[in-house]
Amino acid sequence: MSSNGTEGPVAPATSFRFGFGAVARALERTHVRAESLLVLVALAAIMAVLSPVTGDGTRVFLTANNLFNIILASATFGILAIGATFVISAAGIDLSLGSVLGLASVTGAALVVTLGWPWYFAIIGSLGAGAAAGWVNGFIITRGRVPAFIVTLGMLGIARGLALIISNGRGIYGLPEEILFLGQARPWGVPTPVFILIGVALIAHYVLAHTPFGHHTLALGDNENAARATGINVRKQRMKLYTISGLMAGIAGLIFTARVNTGDPTAGLTYELLAITAAIIGGTNLFGGRGSILGTMIGALIMGVLQNGLNLMAVQAYYQQMAIGAVLIAAVWLDQVRAQQRE
Amino acid sequence: MALLELSDLEKSFGAVQVLNGVDLQVDEGEVVGLVGDNGAGKSTLMKAVTGVYPVDNGRVQFDGEDLTQIEPGTRRSKGIEMIYQDLALAPQQDVANNIFLGREPTRRLWGLFPNFVDKVKIDQEAQKMVDRLGVHVPTIHIPVGMLSGGQQQTIAIARALTFQPKLVIMDEPTAALAVREVESVLQLIRQMRDEGIAIILISHRLNDVFEVSSRIVVLRRGNVIADLQRDETDMAEVVSYIVGAHT
Ligand SMILES: Nc1ncnc2c1ncn2[C@@H]1O[C@H](COP(=O)(O)OP(=O)(O)OP(=O)(O)O)[C@@H](O)[C@H]1O
Ligand SMILES: [Mg+2]
Repeated sequence: MSSNGTEGPVAPATSFRFGFGAVARALERTHVRAESLLVLVALAAIMAVLSPVTGDGTRVFLTANNLFNIILASATFGILAIGATFVISAAGIDLSLGSVLGLASVTGAALVVTLGWPWYFAIIGSLGAGAAAGWVNGFIITRGRVPAFIVTLGMLGIARGLALIISNGRGIYGLPEEILFLGQARPWGVPTPVFILIGVALIAHYVLAHTPFGHHTLALGDNENAARATGINVRKQRMKLYTISGLMAGIAGLIFTARVNTGDPTAGLTYELLAITAAIIGGTNLFGGRGSILGTMIGALIMGVLQNGLNLMAVQAYYQQMAIGAVLIAAVWLDQVRAQQRE
Repeated sequence: MALLELSDLEKSFGAVQVLNGVDLQVDEGEVVGLVGDNGAGKSTLMKAVTGVYPVDNGRVQFDGEDLTQIEPGTRRSKGIEMIYQDLALAPQQDVANNIFLGREPTRRLWGLFPNFVDKVKIDQEAQKMVDRLGVHVPTIHIPVGMLSGGQQQTIAIARALTFQPKLVIMDEPTAALAVREVESVLQLIRQMRDEGIAIILISHRLNDVFEVSSRIVVLRRGNVIADLQRDETDMAEVVSYIVGAHT
């Protein structure tokens, strides 16, 4: 055979993109885009400057309490965004995330409050309802060959309707101590949902970046034929991914219930917008093949900072929806422009 | 006993019947050239062998085992590898991960966490394979999509050869290669044959087929219409079968 043309190790071409050594390499290894980190820092700086000043002269945005608030608010849709990352990096989509969150919230609360079952049925019910909805999504997508976009859009309606039916359209109030702990306690001064988010994110990162399952997920999103040709069971893989996505909505629903002490049928309304946006600005490729949980966490924080800052500046919720929608479109647009430049 | 034995394979896509009962045998260490017009069904037949396409009728027997109902991953682990015409690479994943796709070696992280993909091992082994084949790539950490067509083709070949296959199916493996690289691939085929690996070579370049094959099979409209010993035929005869002029 012809001789090897390259001598010695050559640095990956992509590492030339960022200038500063160790940080850049760490980001590179975890597939986090340096840009999203910069956006987070810049956005936080802007929000800090624009936010009102408290009595003793500090910016409200920068108070410890407010920073916890940001993470706490981000925790719910951050976990949804993890689900979105798995599905989108396999070139799928899950539009039902927010509705399934609502379904999970009322299912868990109904079992414990309405039926009087032991407290842990709130956990089993929420996680079970979420995973079941995700499984149904996956089943119809793979068996019926119905586009994921349509199936999960339908599930958006079904899950929300089911949540309203189960709860008679009203919040199911009054959960036991053990459940409230998951949303309202502050062990070591840190809200429990933050611990849950970090725990789930670490496991998800491990699975997506370091297991065969993760490699197969990205390969499937990159080129379905390649995945099939190398012996990956594409159908099973998709089933698992949509079930994981539903499970994430279940966990987020449980946290929501615990935080507000209510199984709320309207919980998570439009959260799919937040979750998908967080995943995309975190560097997940909308068309599949690339995705990073750590990037998604940065994306979730960006969304959290944006929401929080707009709140502090007393911007109306209606305008906030518009801002988030615009961020999603802008992020994908920017990605497309870059992709075209590369060609 | 033949290594691969296909009997009466039928396959249709909707109303279009692509394979009309194909019989074919391949022995250990044999190089078979599979030729035919565009759309004759060559790729479809081979995908039926790897299991990517389930067949409507007929049997795929390999190494004395009936694999007809077996999924592609299992067939691969039994020693059937294919280099697909469209290469079947994942463009955003790096060279090393592509070579090990579907076959990732794992270990326990810190002796604790299971199923941790051993990226160090993947990179080392991939580097060895790339060096052995003399592939010109700047680094195995580069996404495959950033390589040239010829480089991608050699990566697809590397993937097929990394796991001690018994049968390697090559669907137009030289289509995107320069003259010198074509010669390398032909040399590689001879080397594999000497190691006892059976090869099915699909190519429109009859020169190449004649150079390395001992048998030439012609497929036409989903039927095997000729099964010729290389030494008893010539290019004119093969061409006449391909175009349907032979009676
Ligand atoms: N997935 C598919 N769906 C529908 N029709 C298909 C599919 N794959 C192949 N065909 C049809 O089957 C026939 C045979 O195709 P095949 O790719 O096997 O031909 P081939 O002999 O490999 O041709 P070539 O030399 O051009 O590669 C063609 O008519 C093609 O249109
Ligand atoms: Mg073909």
